[in-house]
Amino acid sequence: MRGSRRKVLKAGAALAAASALPGKAFAQAGPVKIGMSMPQTGSLGAGGQAALVALRLWVDDVNQRGGLLNRKVELIAYDDQTNPANVPGIYTKLLDVDKVDLLIAPYGTVPTAPIMPMVKQRNLLLMGNFSFQVNAKVQHDMWFNNSPWNDASSWSDGFVKAGQEAGAKSIAFLAADQEFAQNLANGARELSKKANIKSVYDQNYPPTTTDFSSLIRGIRAARPDMVFVMSYPNDSVAIIRAVNEIGVGSSVQVFGGGMVGLQFTPIMTSLGSLLNGVLNYNSYVPGMKYPGIEDFLSRYAKRATDAKVDPLGFYLPPFNYAIGQMLEQAVNATKSLEHRRLAEYLRKNEMKTVVGPIRYDKMGEWANPRVVQAQFRGVADKDTEQFRQAGKQVVIYPEEYKTGNVITPFEKARSAK
Amino acid sequence: MKFWIGAGVVVAAAIGLALSPVNEYFFYASYVVLTAVVLATAWNILGGYAGYVNFGPPAFFGVGAYAAVVIFRWLALPLGAQIAVAALMGGLLGFGVGLLTLRLRGIFFAIATVAVIFIMETLMINWRYVGGATGLQLLRPEVMAPFASYTRMLFVVMAVMAVAAVSIARYVQDSWIGRGLRAVRDNEEAAEASGVPTLKLKLFACTISGGLMGAAGAPMPMYLSFIEPASTFNLSYTIAALGSAIIGGMSHWAGPIIGALLLGSLQQIVTVTISSEVNVLIVGVLLVLFVVAAPEGILGLFRRFRGRK
Amino acid sequence: MIFSFDLLFEAVLFGVLLGCFYAAVSIGLSVSFGLLDVPHVAHPAIMILGSYCTYIVSGWGLDPILSGVVLMPAFFVLGVLIYRFYYETFERRGTEAAVRGLAFFFGLAFIIEVGLILAFGVDQRTVQAPYIGSSLALGDYRIPYRMLVAFGVALVLTAALTVYLSKTFTGRAIKAVAQDEPALRLMGANPVRIKQWAFGIATGVSALAGAMLIIVGPVEPAMDRVYIGRTFCVVVLAGLGSMTGTLAAGLILGIAESIVLMMLGASWAPAVAFGLLLIVLGIRPQGLFGR
Repeated sequence: MRGSRRKVLKAGAALAAASALPGKAFAQAGPVKIGMSMPQTGSLGAGGQAALVALRLWVDDVNQRGGLLNRKVELIAYDDQTNPANVPGIYTKLLDVDKVDLLIAPYGTVPTAPIMPMVKQRNLLLMGNFSFQVNAKVQHDMWFNNSPWNDASSWSDGFVKAGQEAGAKSIAFLAADQEFAQNLANGARELSKKANIKSVYDQNYPPTTTDFSSLIRGIRAARPDMVFVMSYPNDSVAIIRAVNEIGVGSSVQVFGGGMVGLQFTPIMTSLGSLLNGVLNYNSYVPGMKYPGIEDFLSRYAKRATDAKVDPLGFYLPPFNYAIGQMLEQAVNATKSLEHRRLAEYLRKNEMKTVVGPIRYDKMGEWANPRVVQAQFRGVADKDTEQFRQAGKQVVIYPEEYKTGNVITPFEKARSAK
Repeated sequence: MKFWIGAGVVVAAAIGLALSPVNEYFFYASYVVLTAVVLATAWNILGGYAGYVNFGPPAFFGVGAYAAVVIFRWLALPLGAQIAVAALMGGLLGFGVGLLTLRLRGIFFAIATVAVIFIMETLMINWRYVGGATGLQLLRPEVMAPFASYTRMLFVVMAVMAVAAVSIARYVQDSWIGRGLRAVRDNEEAAEASGVPTLKLKLFACTISGGLMGAAGAPMPMYLSFIEPASTFNLSYTIAALGSAIIGGMSHWAGPIIGALLLGSLQQIVTVTISSEVNVLIVGVLLVLFVVAAPEGILGLFRRFRGRK
Repeated sequence: MIFSFDLLFEAVLFGVLLGCFYAAVSIGLSVSFGLLDVPHVAHPAIMILGSYCTYIVSGWGLDPILSGVVLMPAFFVLGVLIYRFYYETFERRGTEAAVRGLAFFFGLAFIIEVGLILAFGVDQRTVQAPYIGSSLALGDYRIPYRMLVAFGVALVLTAALTVYLSKTFTGRAIKAVAQDEPALRLMGANPVRIKQWAFGIATGVSALAGAMLIIVGPVEPAMDRVYIGRTFCVVVLAGLGSMTGTLAAGLILGIAESIVLMMLGASWAPAVAFGLLLIVLGIRPQGLFGR
């Protein structure tokens, strides 16, 4: 929170300076304030920091183009530490003290869940940020989530198919007891039942669990063909380490599926070769062609290196930049900041962004999901730049982005090149 | 009589504020401060009067919050009923904990109360109906006129609850119960020997204390529109209750009020301007300072100052 | 829930290793609370402080266990200072002050915890060592080396402390001061200096305990809360003042937690220590080997 406070003050000073200069034609009506909380520390911290760099890049870009409605855009972002308990207070402060005009949700399902009732009851537009099914219970009609999935099937189809192709008949579920993992687990259970895959192990663990050796032992004893893990970065890392430490057994064909955090560059670098063989979801791997993404990534890389944050920026940053782009298009088209009108625009139109065209369905999720399942292969230790090469994450689903076949069983894939 | 006039003024002022155009955030922050007043006052009945340091306010507060959630989800009853049930559950837990642990001396009682917190938290983590570790999103009912927002209404509810808690504490303090508790605090063995029913008195104090803390927890789920175990059973409620009572002064019902208002307001201001960690640090430092240098609290300092004149 | 004797055996095995680890992290409390009667609820917080100091020192290239050992003298001094302050402010002034002593240590625990958050953030920290991340394969069983290392250090520590307390002069004086302070005074020894020395040892041991903690798993500042349950459970179950009792109690807790983990899952395991603590307090407050 300290850093952002300074940034807000700096932004205020910059605004004062800017409005004194001739040439920058900002209106005197004050800045358009966009408020959010972003997990910059805690489990999602590594991802959130990268996402924030991308958002600030968009703010600078839009201000260079004249801002929104001729007013300078100001981003106010606090750190919620990936703690859902901090989020309602932060958003209340954003609304009632900082008096922001527009809201972006925190990155992640877990920090976003607590404020869904609040935004519904205060009739506010909320731009979702990589959450999973967080609107399912509250059913807010001004919610637009930016993430490449919509429902559980869009996420797990690829993983389940890979297992089936390897002849899998049984599955083990390991899910954190938190909003994201539980949402995904509920969906995945249904899907595997429909695919006639038997569940032989199904455990939830408290999000604060740090030692997984007992759980991995239990999974090994159940001899499953597939292991579907739904976890957040801290647990994902601990689970990968536990699997490498004591092994998950020779029966397992595919392992992974829903592990958040294995897409964050700092975590990929620190786990290195421990990742090999894991089949996990992602939103972007090098080689996938979205219009404008290469340009964005190179501009982002400069900023990120200065900020000492993830220099690759594959997972979240393009999508966060896209949130900014969508807001920009909606505000410019409707020429207003009224949440209801913006929501109508977002619901009805297709928007062009660095992650491709985006169109929303009734629930505020992407109408056309685009989740990839990719397997880590031949990853070396302590090397960030290696992930720029295609081939370190082999896309096995969906068809239009496929670059290879999945290697099974899991133990074999771990030593494959 | 003066007390009741004062109480009436406080409630009227609260209602007046809630109907005025004061910034919404004031009510959001003040709710937390008022909760601290109730918790500190309730804590002091056992901690200050009887000398039994209870580290467990989060357990009773949390039981109250979750009881309210269950009543809301299962029976869809209004806030008043939620508070009543929450107070009942808090009182029952207080009675149970007291029965189990009040025979143990000082630190064992304190550690036992910490154990109760974690056990209650684990029970809630394993109960899917109230959300487990994931938590539960809650949609509040529509706002009751004449208040413009639900938060304003909760502010008034909490103000009334604070007045009620203080009245109860005042009654206990001035009655034979209070005298008995003070005898327990000064020298429990002597009190036993002279016929004071120490266990019954301590149980009574623990039950009332628990019930009030439970009641304080009841509106919390509606306040946040969300509930989850980790923050509900957080030890920061202990330091808020204990800290406010010690800093304000433990021997009189006015002490916890002064402590909670000062400490709570300071915490809210620091949270908004600096960070929420620094606010916990400040409370910890103040607690240690007062415990070391001014054990009678602000009330004690005030008395000493007046005595010198 | 899958049950098999294989799993049960592995759980008990893991429980033994875990239990010795719990005994080692509680042994400092056995001295400070068990022998000296100090209401030291800040003991786990100081241990977490030791973990973070180990993180820093081992970041300079030293093995984590060695880092812990290197930190012990500094923590010894810290312990002496804390005890001195506690004694002067509270213990001297009688029973009402005992309540305040509790509040003092509670406040201290919070200050340490928040201080660590401000210095390091809420992120988890781990250390690297060759024995972290691989395991010993015994047939079908896999025993992580980090647990074996912690187990080894724990045994050595417990044995060393037990020997110290029963065989050396200062050690016996510490036990004497716990049992009969006036007699000790009559013999010419200064009880305050002895207690101060003992508290220093207990705190020094906590540095090593902290090192073991960060080897066994990642640490974050708020971990001291759950360890209040584990350490006090071990000390109370052991019976105040018994060192070998601490080992036995640690084993009981470790095995109990491991079996609950296997049979009921990870969501019940944190409550085992606290539940066991309440049971012991309710049924037999003097513990197994208490004085």
